[in-house]
Formats: sequence, structure tokens, C-alpha cells
Amino acid sequence: MADTSGGLHEAQGALSPEIVDRHRAIESIREEFEAVDWYDQRAAASNDEELRAILAHNRDEEKEHAIMVLEWLRRRDPVVDEMLRTYLFVEGDITAAEEAETGGQSTTGEADGSLGIGSLKGMTDDE
Amino acid sequence: MNDLLRDLAPVSSAAWAEIEKEARRTLKLDLAGRKLVDFNGPLGLETSAVNKGRIEPASAPPREGVEASLRQVQPLVELRVPFALSRRELECVGRGGGDADLAPVVTAAREMAMAEDGAIFHGYEAAGIEGIGPAADPATLTLTDDFARYPIVVAEALSKLRQDSVAGPYGIALGPRCYTGLTETTTSGGYRVFDHVKRLLDGPVVWAPGVDGAVIVSMRGGDFELTVGQDLSIGYLDHTAETVRLYLQESFTFRVLTPEAAVPLSYKAR
Repeated sequence: MADTSGGLHEAQGALSPEIVDRHRAIESIREEFEAVDWYDQRAAASNDEELRAILAHNRDEEKEHAIMVLEWLRRRDPVVDEMLRTYLFVEGDITAAEEAETGGQSTTGEADGSLGIGSLKGMTDDE
Repeated sequence: MNDLLRDLAPVSSAAWAEIEKEARRTLKLDLAGRKLVDFNGPLGLETSAVNKGRIEPASAPPREGVEASLRQVQPLVELRVPFALSRRELECVGRGGGDADLAPVVTAAREMAMAEDGAIFHGYEAAGIEGIGPAADPATLTLTDDFARYPIVVAEALSKLRQDSVAGPYGIALGPRCYTGLTETTTSGGYRVFDHVKRLLDGPVVWAPGVDGAVIVSMRGGDFELTVGQDLSIGYLDHTAETVRLYLQESFTFRVLTPEAAVPLSYKAR
């Protein structure tokens, strides 16, 4: 695999195409958020107002890119889907959402009652 | 509280968690279509139809000189499987009993999985769903109970897909008769025919209780689309002193966008 999509920890031949695609997505999300961080710092440090506005605009576009790939990943990873449903858009203490989860309360019932099955694409029966 | 009315059910948080766990476990095992096709959603309970991008002439124009066409949509179908649980068994969960009888949850989840997969693989005319099998019918290959010949049929199906320029990865949904036959049959070299078939494919081999025969599909994406409005959810109906009635529900539709991206394998001679 090319360096730009590198970082596989096992031989590519030993991995299914679905896992390699998920790796590509995870790498992309990491890169996009890294770019957000860079733009954030540069925008804050610049004294040129016009440049600062452009950098802030570009920073926010990277957020859009990251979230689009995250949604792609959510549709293909049921556990990511379940975790996002548990922790995103909750109010109050975030760690309380985990306590509710492990304390035997409904994982998603508090939000919309969905079982969070979503996409199972690529899943085999032994997963 | 949303339309599922769960807060009105006399069910403890611990019992809800057990009910959901049982349902999830069964659905993830039995749902075969979702392991092979694209998933669009969940778009929410308020979503009612999928845009087909086509128009049909209206039965009458509004006035002379004005043409009228109706946009074509495919409505989502709502499926619901009611089930009843014993309150005594639900209380057993709260007391820490590990053997509460939640079999009705499993039965309901199986029914729902069979219904969804039936629509995906064989169609559901009343809901306007064509299904992979009927859409790809001209490509159907015939199966027999000679399970040792399955790798040859699978290789033929893959060749057919490649000839139609349909790239992989390719996955297969095996109905119960195929799955059992393949796992029980061994080649002369002692290998299970199941493993032989698995090696021919580069995608998943999926147990599909709702499938009659088998279906090989391309998983490259963009060929088969399951659109879900409300994803599988459990809601509350009513209760007595002895039982609580709940239901499993979802709304969805399914479209075959590229019929040639699948090859059905059927026991029915053509």
C-alpha cells in the first residue's frame, strides 16, 4: 500500500478488503482532525485578519471532511454506531452515559429506542 | 418519550437491557442482507419514501398547454412483530437470575429478520420491493443436492459476474439447505466443501435463514440499497398483571440498482 495510506500493522494479504477500507477511513479521519488542529493554531497566531479568516474557513471545511468519513465508518462498524448513539448529543455528564450503559440501562432507549443494528456490511457470521 | 412509549412499560432498566441484548444478538446473526448490501440510514421515523428520480405522466393536465408529470417514489414499508413477555420472567432479571425466559424476543427477532431478508432476496410485491432474486432472475443458475458440485456452480457464477464487468469483492448468502449441505459435505481430499466455496470468494459467506437456495452478490457498492427510516426498535403496546406486550418495529425499503451484480442459485430447475 502507498505511504499515504500506510500504517497497516498486518500484511495486507491477511486483511479483508473491508478492513483495509476501514483503515483508509480511520487514517483520513485522523489526518483531517490533525489539519483542524493546525489551522486552529495558525488562525489564532496570525495577525493578518484576512489570512485568519481564510484559515478559520479552511479549518471548518476539514471538520466537514472528517465527519463525512466518520459517518461512512459508522455505517460499516456496528460498534462505532452503537458508541456514537450512546455518547453523542447527550446532555450532562458524558461519563454518566457510560455508567448508564454498564449499569444495565438501555443503551439507546434513552435516545430513540433503536437497537442500533445499522449496517452489518462485511460482517461474517463468526464476528 | 418518543412513539415507542417505552417509558410507560412496567419494565426495569435491567430487563430492558436484557431484552435488547437478546434481540440484538439474534438480529445480528440472522440478518443476512445487511451483511451484503449498501445501507442508507437510519433516516428516522419521519422518512416515508425514497426518490426514484423518475416521472410518469399525470392522468390529466391541469389546463390546456401545460404538461404534468408525477415524481416516482418508493414508499418505505413499516414492519411490526408484537410479542408478549411474562412479568414474572422480567422480574427474574432484576433479581439477578441468569435464565429468564425471553424466548418471545428471540422469536420476534427471527421473524423480523426473515421478513427483511425475504424482501431483500426474494422481493415483497405488496411493498413495491422487487428483491435481488426476481431482479436478477435471468442469470439464475440451478443447484442440486450434489453439494460436492457447489464450487463449480459458484465458479460459474463468478465468471458470469466478471463477464458482465461486475467487480468484487463477492459475497454469498446461503439458505439453510445450502449452508447445512456445504458444512456437512467433504471433498475426496477431506476438506469441507464449505471451505472450498469460501476460498473462491473474497467476501463474506453468510448464513441466511430467509433465503431459499443461495445468492452471490458483488459488494463493490452502488448495486443494492437498503434504505432504513426507523431502524429496528422495540416499543411498548400494553400490559396486564401477568404479561407485558412489546413489539419489534422498523421501516425500510430495498432497491436493486444493478440487477446484473447478482447471480441467484436456485433449487428450482429452469
